[in-house]
Amino acid sequence: MSKSNVSMTVNGKAVAAEVESRTLLIHYLRENLSLTGPHIGCETSHCGACTVDIDGKSVKSCTIFAVQAAGANVLTIEGMAAADGTLHALQEAFREMHGLQCGYCTPGMIVRAHRLLQENKNPSEAEIRLGISGNLCRCTGYQNIVKAIQYAAAKINGVEYKEAAE
Amino acid sequence: MNAPTPPTSLERAEKLKGMGFKRKRVEDVRFTQGRGNYVDDIKLPGMLHGDFHRSSHAHARIVKIDTSKAKAVPGVVAVLTAEELKGVNLAWMPTLAGDVQMVLADGKVLFQNQEIAFIVATDRYIAADAADLVEVEYEALPVVVDPFKAMDADAPVLREDIKDKKDGAHGPRKHYNHIFNWSVGDKDLTDAAFVKAEVSTKDLLSYQRVHPCPLETCQTVCSYSKITGDLTIYGTFQAPHVIRTVVALISSIPEQKIHVISPDIGGGFGNKVGAYPGYICAAVASIVTGLPVKWVEDRIENLSTTSFARDYHMTTEIAATRDGRVQALRVHILADHGAFDACADPSKWPAGFSNIVTGSYDFPVAHLSVDGVYTNKAPGGVAYRCSFRVTEVVYALERAMDIMAQKLGMDPVDFRMKNFIKREQFPYQSALGWEYDSGDYHMAMDKAVAAIDYRKLREEQKAKQEAFKRGETRDIMGIGVCFFTEIVGAGPSKNCDILGIAMFDSAEIRIHPTGRVLGRMGSKSQGQGHETTWAQIIATEIGIPADDIAIEEGNTDTAPYGLGTYGSRSTPVAGAAIAMAARKIKAKAQMIAAYLLEVHEGDLEWDVDRFKVKGNPEQFKTMAQLAWAAYNKVPPGMEPGLEAVSYYDPPNMTYPFGAYFCVMDIDVDTGVHKVRRFYALDDCGTRINPMIIEGQVHGGCTEGYGIAMGQEIVYDAAGNVKGASLMDYFLPTAVETPHWETDFTVTPSPHHPIGAKGVGESPNVGSVPCFSNAVNDAFKFLGNVHMSMPHDAYRVWQAAEDLGLHK
Repeated sequence: MSKSNVSMTVNGKAVAAEVESRTLLIHYLRENLSLTGPHIGCETSHCGACTVDIDGKSVKSCTIFAVQAAGANVLTIEGMAAADGTLHALQEAFREMHGLQCGYCTPGMIVRAHRLLQENKNPSEAEIRLGISGNLCRCTGYQNIVKAIQYAAAKINGVEYKEAAE
Repeated sequence: MNAPTPPTSLERAEKLKGMGFKRKRVEDVRFTQGRGNYVDDIKLPGMLHGDFHRSSHAHARIVKIDTSKAKAVPGVVAVLTAEELKGVNLAWMPTLAGDVQMVLADGKVLFQNQEIAFIVATDRYIAADAADLVEVEYEALPVVVDPFKAMDADAPVLREDIKDKKDGAHGPRKHYNHIFNWSVGDKDLTDAAFVKAEVSTKDLLSYQRVHPCPLETCQTVCSYSKITGDLTIYGTFQAPHVIRTVVALISSIPEQKIHVISPDIGGGFGNKVGAYPGYICAAVASIVTGLPVKWVEDRIENLSTTSFARDYHMTTEIAATRDGRVQALRVHILADHGAFDACADPSKWPAGFSNIVTGSYDFPVAHLSVDGVYTNKAPGGVAYRCSFRVTEVVYALERAMDIMAQKLGMDPVDFRMKNFIKREQFPYQSALGWEYDSGDYHMAMDKAVAAIDYRKLREEQKAKQEAFKRGETRDIMGIGVCFFTEIVGAGPSKNCDILGIAMFDSAEIRIHPTGRVLGRMGSKSQGQGHETTWAQIIATEIGIPADDIAIEEGNTDTAPYGLGTYGSRSTPVAGAAIAMAARKIKAKAQMIAAYLLEVHEGDLEWDVDRFKVKGNPEQFKTMAQLAWAAYNKVPPGMEPGLEAVSYYDPPNMTYPFGAYFCVMDIDVDTGVHKVRRFYALDDCGTRINPMIIEGQVHGGCTEGYGIAMGQEIVYDAAGNVKGASLMDYFLPTAVETPHWETDFTVTPSPHHPIGAKGVGESPNVGSVPCFSNAVNDAFKFLGNVHMSMPHDAYRVWQAAEDLGLHK
């Protein structure tokens, strides 16, 4: 199998490796770089557990090749916290609002929510639900994930979070 | 002393973050940072990867398997077939249900995607390449897909290995494709009640084949040391100790040399209880090669091979008086178990606890008969977020109660209320042999009816129906009602075991000298948050803050033997063991306190986190002080240290219950529905962490929504499994998923040390019939009696078409 040299930036660090042209990005991240935060749930780009951010877009890393990300700027869950370890508002919010249970969808969900909040600083509940519909969760029923994203948005925007009436 | 509790005690209690507190989860710190440790994250030096070549046929004789091309692929280390496994006596393995199952196809295949060859290679891509190069020559055989045809006189013989066996693990077999019959109740009295019944109903209510589909598939890493003879197995196991014992029983490796570790698990929902061929093959491959071997299922393999759930076809009859009092219940179930009986139930219960079918109602007599049959489908029959076949029968009963109410011209709520077991009847002996521990069904239903303003909804529905008849709208409105009683907490040793091991559970608690705590349990969280909630139970019991208590599960070398987490058994069984172990510690601490304070033990009283001298609250010893003293100042003759272990054999099951309501609007021209409201009232007894309970209810209802409104593992007439990928198998996204309203009542279990009953599975059990009843209720005024699940838009449209609504 032919191999290619790929280099990219992952979580702010330059990385380079020789990979088979068929190596999927998710396997490159998990096995070559030991970034095991992104998970594999379906291998058909339905579940979103493998979601990473590539050059400002949410991408399911199980259905692109590592070589397609050559030169790109990749962000995974491991790069969400600040360099000093301070958690991102979304990471805090998911814990605060009980937006996770088994934790398997969480890295993809948070990375996706991060991009959503870049695209729309103050999304409505319907916009959040549509915005995360490429990421499946089998545990939470999404309700607390929606709340977590609203909570994080409020925090990022510097406004008080108000829980919608049940 | 009737003095009010001083505020200092309240403040101290708050600090414990004990039971009843919405404590944030400990687990989330690692999960939100991508630092969970799941099986596929494990990487051992020299690790190999396994992959399967699988059957393209549903039923065929294997003429020849040629692995030469696969073996020739550079990087392939070994290829296993049944022939290789016979050398270690593992071509077949025992199932939890008393049957045997092929690990790799031995002479024939019995379902599509059955495992035929296991390829071991230096990386997963090479293993997958080589798996495609295995060549199998088949001789196709006739296929049985419809369970109703499995016992036809001319049906093909599926299990040639047992075709002449007259008795199975659960008694006589009446046909070569028959697995068991299980009957319970008084047949004569029940039949007699139907003969003289004023009103009766009889309906075939089917619960389709579905799959739990956790986001993480089944996986393992097996590592055998040829030097020491130790086998370490990491895996997605809901019951790691049971896996260890099974491995010890089927291999020549002694149990102390087998180390089973369940790390973080990405959801289970019953899928990860059983033992699957992938685990056996990875273990054998590691023993053969001396290197660690990883096996990770892909999603299609998961949906089409490792377990399924339901596939119960329930002919359900109710007899009642004309004024709406139930007189008898008669149910026959045809259970499709697939190619092998790998049903995950306690060993003596071939149809699980399906005799909970009398539900929340006071049926004077009942009879249940279940026949299990083999078909050319994947084996399994797991409890998909339910306690052993409970959700199936709750579905049948709650549909049948609606159908009977319809026949009687009664409101479904009024009909249920009229027949509820009354509060004063608990403990209640059911007609099919259970003793319900506690309940107050009328209180729960009253609260639910008021909360959703049920009577007003019915008025609105009536107005909409009139408008529909006048042609002013094409939308119809359905109100779904479900009142369920669960049976969980398996279970008492007198009637529950797995492969002969009683279904107790366990806890070990160690108090360190500085007052910090380590707790280890035989349960295993897959997202339920045990690291958070178990610490809350200990905190309240012994007065040490939950934040100072670490919880470990899943390592069979360190955790006490337990039967694992499924069937909502963790809180009823392991939760009880935790409280009992904590009480042993508290009892010893009290003796130390008495010694230090120079009083009699009886002169001490417990106050949140300390023992104080009665009438002299200034004289006290906190639990933290007693922890220190336990290591240097114990009374003469007492052993030092402060640790306890409890193995808890529950005296009874627990019986959580709930009242669920769904309001749904359906467009009869498209079949598209919209859930307007979903209200779930749960009574799970004492509530340990309300935040986690609500999360469990949200998740269970979402699974129930998926099942009722779209999920099905479908087979075509040739036994091809259709739609075993997420392209076709419906998992609700955030867009379809309704908004959940949760509520509760609290009726503690009288026999559980902290009164808790368990909640994880109630929402799946209760929501499925609730959704289905809503759909059926919407069409009731147009002549509908019963439409089968799943109620996806096409099927609902088809049902509307059949009712002549598109003319």
